[in-house]
Amino acid sequence: MDRDARHVSSGTLKNSFDRRSFFIGAMQGGVGVLLAARMAWIAVAEGEKYKLQSESNRVNLSLIPPRRGWLLDRNNIPLASNKTDFRVDIVPDRLVDRAGTVSLLGKLLDFDAFEMQELSEKLEKANGYQPIEAASGLDWDRFAAVSVRLPDLPGVIAQRGFSRFYPTGPAVGHLIGYVGPASAEDYEKDKNPLLVTPGYKVGKDGLEKQFEAELRGTPGARRSEVTASGKLVRELEMREDVQGKAVKLTIDAGLQDYAARRIGLESASVVVIDCLTGGILSLISMPSFDPNNFVGGIGRLQWKMLNEDDHIPLLNKATRGLYPPGSTMKPMASLALQLQGVSPDERITCPGGYRLGSRFFRCDAVHGSVDMRSAIEHSCNTYFWAMSHRVGYDAIAPVAKLLGLGQKFDLPISNQRIGTIPDAAWKMKRYNQEWSASDSLNASIGQGYVSVSPLQLAVMTARMASGKNLQPELLFGQRPRLGPALPFTPEQLAVAHDGMFAVVNGSGTGARSRIDIGGVKMAGKTGTAQVRAMISRGSVADWKGRDHALFICYAPTDAPRYAMSVVVEHGTFGARAAAPIAKDVLTYLFDPAQAWDTLLALEKGWGGTPQQRMTAKYSSFVARSGGTAPSSPVPSESASASPSATPPATPPASPAPAPKAAPPPSPAASPISAAQGAPATSPTPSPSASPLP
Amino acid sequence: MSRAIVPEAIARQPWGVLLPLIALVGFGSAVLYSAAGGHWRPWALTHALRFAMFLVMALVIARVPRDLFKWAAYPGYVGILGLLMLVEMIGAIGGGSQRWLNLGFMTLQPSELMKPVIVLVLARFFDTLPPALTASWRGLLPAAGMIAIPAVLVILQPDLGTALAICFGGVVVVFLAGLPLRWFLGAGLAAAIAAPIAFFALLHDYQRNRVLTFLDPESDPLGTGYHITQSKIAIGSGGLFGKGFGQGSQSHLEYLPEAHTDFVFATMSEEWGMLGGLFVLLVFALIFRWGLTVAQDSRDRFSQLLAAGMTTTIFFYVAINLMMVMGLAPVVGIPLPFVSHGGSSMMTNMICIGTIMAVSRWQRGSGGLS
Repeated sequence: MDRDARHVSSGTLKNSFDRRSFFIGAMQGGVGVLLAARMAWIAVAEGEKYKLQSESNRVNLSLIPPRRGWLLDRNNIPLASNKTDFRVDIVPDRLVDRAGTVSLLGKLLDFDAFEMQELSEKLEKANGYQPIEAASGLDWDRFAAVSVRLPDLPGVIAQRGFSRFYPTGPAVGHLIGYVGPASAEDYEKDKNPLLVTPGYKVGKDGLEKQFEAELRGTPGARRSEVTASGKLVRELEMREDVQGKAVKLTIDAGLQDYAARRIGLESASVVVIDCLTGGILSLISMPSFDPNNFVGGIGRLQWKMLNEDDHIPLLNKATRGLYPPGSTMKPMASLALQLQGVSPDERITCPGGYRLGSRFFRCDAVHGSVDMRSAIEHSCNTYFWAMSHRVGYDAIAPVAKLLGLGQKFDLPISNQRIGTIPDAAWKMKRYNQEWSASDSLNASIGQGYVSVSPLQLAVMTARMASGKNLQPELLFGQRPRLGPALPFTPEQLAVAHDGMFAVVNGSGTGARSRIDIGGVKMAGKTGTAQVRAMISRGSVADWKGRDHALFICYAPTDAPRYAMSVVVEHGTFGARAAAPIAKDVLTYLFDPAQAWDTLLALEKGWGGTPQQRMTAKYSSFVARSGGTAPSSPVPSESASASPSATPPATPPASPAPAPKAAPPPSPAASPISAAQGAPATSPTPSPSASPLP
Repeated sequence: MSRAIVPEAIARQPWGVLLPLIALVGFGSAVLYSAAGGHWRPWALTHALRFAMFLVMALVIARVPRDLFKWAAYPGYVGILGLLMLVEMIGAIGGGSQRWLNLGFMTLQPSELMKPVIVLVLARFFDTLPPALTASWRGLLPAAGMIAIPAVLVILQPDLGTALAICFGGVVVVFLAGLPLRWFLGAGLAAAIAAPIAFFALLHDYQRNRVLTFLDPESDPLGTGYHITQSKIAIGSGGLFGKGFGQGSQSHLEYLPEAHTDFVFATMSEEWGMLGGLFVLLVFALIFRWGLTVAQDSRDRFSQLLAAGMTTTIFFYVAINLMMVMGLAPVVGIPLPFVSHGGSSMMTNMICIGTIMAVSRWQRGSGGLS
C-alpha cells in the first residue's frame, strides 16, 4: 500500500490511482444502488401509503352539514324546523389579523359596540379548529357586504345554510331543548369532522339532545381539488346531504303554546296527559328561554339575565322541580284507604283539627261530620289524619308509588327527578330515625318529607281518571303502554272521582274554576304546599316565602280524556293561582276561541306575549348593565351552556317541605299567623308539628 | 469501455457522453414542461436553450490543449478566489450576504466556478509535485490550504452546500493523487469528532434546523420538514409507472416546493414512477462511467486527476440531490445536474463535461486543436 512514503515513484502513484479510482467508481455504484433501493422502497413498498397521502393532499373534502330532522307535534305541526339562513363564521386558526378582521367584520355587519364585545369574547374563548359563528340570520345586504370583502378577511367564511327554528320559542324551550355548535369535549369523544364544520349544530339539551342520532342526518360532501395554498382548482363531485329523520311527538303544539302563554307572569309548570294513551300533550315550564336565541350561541348578557332570574327560567320545573303535593294527594289517599277496607261512607267528625298524643294538628276549618267524598271535596285534613293513623302510612306509600309518585318514567327526558315518597325504611336510612306517627300524618296530606314532580302529579291524575296503569309517552304512534292492572274496583275509583267532581262542581275548594262547555265538566283537586314552616300561609309579601299552588284535574268527567297538573311556585293557594290556569287550558282543548279571548285579555295586562316580554326585559337588562356586564361566570356558548347544569341543584331527596328554590328564611318575612288564615285548601303543620296550644 | 469495439470514426466524437446527456436534458425539459402546466415557458424552453448554449461552450473547452489548461490553472484559481473575496466585500459593504456578482448581462456566482477550478488547480499541483513528496507534508499542506481558503470564503456567504461540494471535489483529487491512506482515515476520524462540535458551534440556525428536520421530518410536517415529506409523497405516490405525463398532483397543485429546481426529481418520479427514476440513475451511471474510464485511460497524471475530479464533482451534485429528495440527506440547496432548471449549475456541470471531453481528446490525438 502507500505506507512506504519514502519510495513513492510515479509508477506506484499510477497503481495507486488505478486502485483508488476503482474504489471511487465502486463507491459511486454503491450510492447508485442505494438510491435505487431507496426509491423502490418509497415507490413500491410504501407506495400505497404515499398514494393515499397524495390524494388527501389533492382532494379537499368539505362537508355540507345535513339538514336536521324536524320535531313534529301530533298533528305534524313543526315544533322545531329549519330555515334558510345567511351566516358568517370565523375559523380562529386561520385569522391573520384578529383585531383588524373583527373590526372590519363588525363594520360590515353593523355591529354595535356591545355585539362587537361579545364577538371578541367568543373569539378569545374559541378553540383553534372550531369555527365560531360571527353572525347568522343575516339579511341579503349584509351577507353580500361580507361576501365581497372575503379576500380581505382570511379566516372568515360566509355561507348559506340552514339554522334551527323553533316557531313557538319559549313554549318549547324546556321540552325540546336547543342546538348549538359542538363543544371541544364533543369533538374529543367523537372525532367526526362533521362536528367542526361551520354551521353544524348538535342537540345540546332536551329532546334535541335525546334524539340526536335520529335528527342528525347524513352530511353531504363536496370533493374539490385544491392547491397547497387552498385555491380551488375544480369541483370533483358533490353529494347532497340527507336530512335527518323527523321525530313525531305526542305534544299538541297549539296546547303547548297556549298553556305556556297562559302561565303568564307566574313561575309554573303545566303537564297535560292523554288519558287514553298516556301521550303527553304538553309539558311546560315557565318562564323559559327562547331556544332560538341559543342556536347561534347565546350572548353573555342574555345568559346572565336568565341566570339571575329568581323564577329560574333555565330549570325545567315540570320534570326537575320537586314540590310537596299537599292536598292533591287526597284522592290518591282515598284509594289507599279503601284498599285497606275503609268504607267510603264512614263518617268522621272534624272539630277543626286532630289530636295525636299531646299534639294537636290543626285543620283549615271546622268541617263537622265528613265522609270520604266530602273530605276530598272540602279538603278536610282531619279525616285523612284520622284514617291514615288507623291504617298506617305504610299502606298509603305503595299506592302513591303505584300511581306514579316518586317514580321515574321511561321517557326521552334526561334528568327526571324522582322526589320522595317516604316510608319508615327511607327515614331510617336517611336520618337514622324511627318513623313517627306525626310523620304519617304529614305524609298522608302530602307534606313533610313528600316531594313530587309536576309530571308525576299528571301521571297520577291520568291513572286515577282512567283507572289504567298508563305509562307516559312522548313519541307519537306508539301503542299505549300499560303497566300491571291497578288494583282498584270501579266503585273505589268512583269515590275518588266523585270527590274530585265535587271539588269543582260542588261546594268544594275549586268551585270558582268550574267549566261547562257543551256538557264537558272538569273534576279536580286543589293543593297548597308549604314553603316555610309555620310562618307563611297564603299570600305574604315576600314572593319566595309564599306557598306553592297546585291543582290536578281531568275532563270530561264522564269519560276522562285529559289529565293535567298545574304547579305554580309561590302561587299562594291552589284554588287561586293554579286552578284558573287549568280551567283555561282545559277550555282551550274544548273551545279554543273562548280560551284565546280570555288569554288575549290577560296578556294585555301582562305586557304582551312571552317573547315580547322577554325582549322588553332583555333591553331593560342591557340598559341597566350599560353594555359592560362583568365577564365572570359566563359559560362559552358552546362548551357548557347547558341550562340544566347550571341552576342551583337541590339534594336528591329533600326532606324539608320547602321546594328546591326556597331561600334561607328571611327575617323580613311577613309574620301573618298561618293558622288564622282561612284558605280553601289545607295548610298543614310542618314535620315539627305545633305543640298543643 | 474498450475503444477497439467502437469504430474509430464515431469514437472521435464523444458520443458515449453526448447521447446520454441529450437524453437526460430532453427528459428534464419534458418534466419542466409538465411542471409548468404543459407550457414551454417559463422553464422547459430556457432549459433546452441553455443546454444547447453550454454544450457549445463544452465543445469549445474540449478543444483547449492540455498545456493551456495547465497554464491557466493557477491564474484561474487566484482569479476566482479574488472574485469570491470581492463578493464578500460587496456583501460586507452592502450590509448583508451576497453570493453573486452582477456583470450587467448576467449574474455570476464565483463559488460555482470554484467547483471545477479547485479540481483543476489540485490536478495541476499534484502533476508538478515530485512523486516522492506525495507522502510528505509538502504534498498535503498546500493542497489542504488550496481547498480550505475557498471553502471558508463560501461558508461565510453562507452557502454550506457549495462549500461541501468544493471540499468533496478537492478531497477526492487529493485522495486519487495517492496521499497515504492513513491520513484520510485520520481525517475521517477527526471529522467524526468535529462534526458534532461544528453542528452546534458553526452552523446557522436554519442550517441546524435542516439537519434536525432531516433526522425527523415528521416532527415539523408543516415547517422545515414539509419539503422532505412532500417530496417523499411525490416519489412514493408515483409508484412503479407514475401517474402519467402532466398528471402529477403534488407538483401541479404546489404541494411540492421547488418543483422545478431542487426537487425536480420528485416532480419527475411522480409522473414517470420508479421507471423514470431508474432511467435517470442509469443515464448518470453512463456519464460517470464514461468520466472515470476517460480518467483511467489517461496516461498522464494531470489528465487522470482532472477527469476523475470533474466526474466526482458532478457525482457529488447528483448524489446529494437524490439523497435529499428521497429523505436520506438534509435539505441543502443543491440542484440535480442537467434536469433541474437553473443556469449556474448547468454552466458548472457543462464545464466539467467539457473538461473531461478535452481529456478524452488529449488521449486520442496529439493533445492540440485538431
